[in-house]
Amino acid sequence: MSTAVTTPVSRMTALARAELTLLGRTKGTLFAALFVPLVLPVSAREAARGMDLAEAGLTIGTMVLPAAIGFSLLFAVYSALVGSLVARREELVLKRLRTGELRDGEILAGSALPATTTGLVQSLLLAAGCVILLDMPAPPAVYLSVLGLLLGLPLCVGLAIVTASFTRTSESAQVTPLPLMFLSMLASGMMIPLEILPDRVAAFCELLPLTPVMTLVRGGFTGDLSAGGALGAVAVAVAWIAFAVFAVRRWFRWEPRH
Amino acid sequence: METNEHEHVIEVTGLRRVYGGGFEAVRGIDFSVRRGEIFALLGTNGAGKTSTVELLEGLAAPAGGRVRVLGHDPYTDRAVIRPRTGVMLQEGGFPSELTVAETARMWAGCVSGARPEEEVLTLVGLGTRTGVRVKQLSGGQRRRLDLALALLGDPDVLFLDEPTTGLDPEGRRETWELVSALRDRGTTVLLTTHYLEEAEFLADRLAIMHEGRIAATGTPAEVTASEPSRITFDLPEGYFAGDLPPLAELGVSDHTVDGRTVRLHTSELQRAATALLVWADRAGVELHRLDVRSASLEEAFLRIAKEAAAKTVTTKEYAA
Repeated sequence: MSTAVTTPVSRMTALARAELTLLGRTKGTLFAALFVPLVLPVSAREAARGMDLAEAGLTIGTMVLPAAIGFSLLFAVYSALVGSLVARREELVLKRLRTGELRDGEILAGSALPATTTGLVQSLLLAAGCVILLDMPAPPAVYLSVLGLLLGLPLCVGLAIVTASFTRTSESAQVTPLPLMFLSMLASGMMIPLEILPDRVAAFCELLPLTPVMTLVRGGFTGDLSAGGALGAVAVAVAWIAFAVFAVRRWFRWEPRH
Repeated sequence: METNEHEHVIEVTGLRRVYGGGFEAVRGIDFSVRRGEIFALLGTNGAGKTSTVELLEGLAAPAGGRVRVLGHDPYTDRAVIRPRTGVMLQEGGFPSELTVAETARMWAGCVSGARPEEEVLTLVGLGTRTGVRVKQLSGGQRRRLDLALALLGDPDVLFLDEPTTGLDPEGRRETWELVSALRDRGTTVLLTTHYLEEAEFLADRLAIMHEGRIAATGTPAEVTASEPSRITFDLPEGYFAGDLPPLAELGVSDHTVDGRTVRLHTSELQRAATALLVWADRAGVELHRLDVRSASLEEAFLRIAKEAAAKTVTTKEYAA
């Protein structure tokens, strides 16, 4: 008989392990999370061919690699987590978990851990793959890319929980993540570099949640991101994370509506 | 230290719960549960049982009044109380794609001092079903799984919200015996049920709720004490109610005749039954479907529900 007292880490580990098992059994989510981010950069590369990247100071590599990481964050972390959180709420799992020793924050963090890990590992693999396959030079400011990824993961987790707050059923969870995903692909510098957009549009796009992540990740490889530009990006990302924390505390529902 | 202030493991005073839409599900209730006692909340659907239990479990904050579990506020002091409580919600709460064993393992990882999972699963009769996915379990098996998880941490206080719904009679009996055994070991149990025989079998004390209030409370014997006992039988061929001996002299307070079925209410069951049987014997007739029973919770429950419903109608008529 174990008399061990649980700790936040032990509780979250137990929950994350179960979530990982469930992720492995949800084939649709698993496919979208694992393969889409690997396939889409190829199409982004095709799209990039038609653009005058050199004029924007970009190469195929500095265009495709951040896009790949962006797709990973959107598919493996954001969209997958919206789906699993809504499913757990529908099955009253979240409510059941709240009757135990897990704190509210631990429930959310533990549930998010498999998706977060998937996104992290995938992003690192994608980065390595792009550097090798696209003949990219060693990144001159790799810490910016790492910072971007480390901000991007909690940001996508936070936004996923916010989205789940406004998603009633698993069916609607197929749709509710789409607006942010499309918006991010088109306007956060994933498919289209902000540099080729009109200034005013670009200035607006810089305020979107995933833009700072893309800016930092790309900046690490181009080496031409100014200190001010980097700080601005960090500020925008932190502001979005703060908003997500506020929104989750305010609106997240642990039980289905009656 | 276990002192007198902890003698009441659960204390509820003036408790109220109001939902977002303004619906007042719990309208000021008081009760307390002593250590090692089984306390049952009875009531019709929508009486406020689950709404009450959720407040005791600390899942929501009350709109008014006070709850203390083991001397703490279960909502604000959640972290203190949780390692000592076990909870069985009214329905499910397990991912359908996990197996029984995986579910138990996950839960055990979140319970301080958890007993071995297999032991608890065997205890509730799921020992041979550990490899089965939750979605393939029957309703009764899911209830057993839920009970197993509530018991994993050897809790001091156990909240069971309709623990035997969906179980077959045998399974229900097994659960009752398990819960009684826990009580004998000193576990305090608060359960809700709409099976009156369950409350009669298990509860040391109970409260009958109706529309958010407690309509009656006490030991099962106290609650049923004021209720009349009941004799029912079918009139023999060729006999009519008027042929029976004078009912008032038998100690019958009230009777109904429905087709051939006669139903007598009495507070002197032995006298009434004897007189009736002597009469039948002398008349040389057999009373088919004869059923003689002392007052049970069922009578108390039905009377309370009926009275309360009548009161509601009257109030509404006045209002109209």
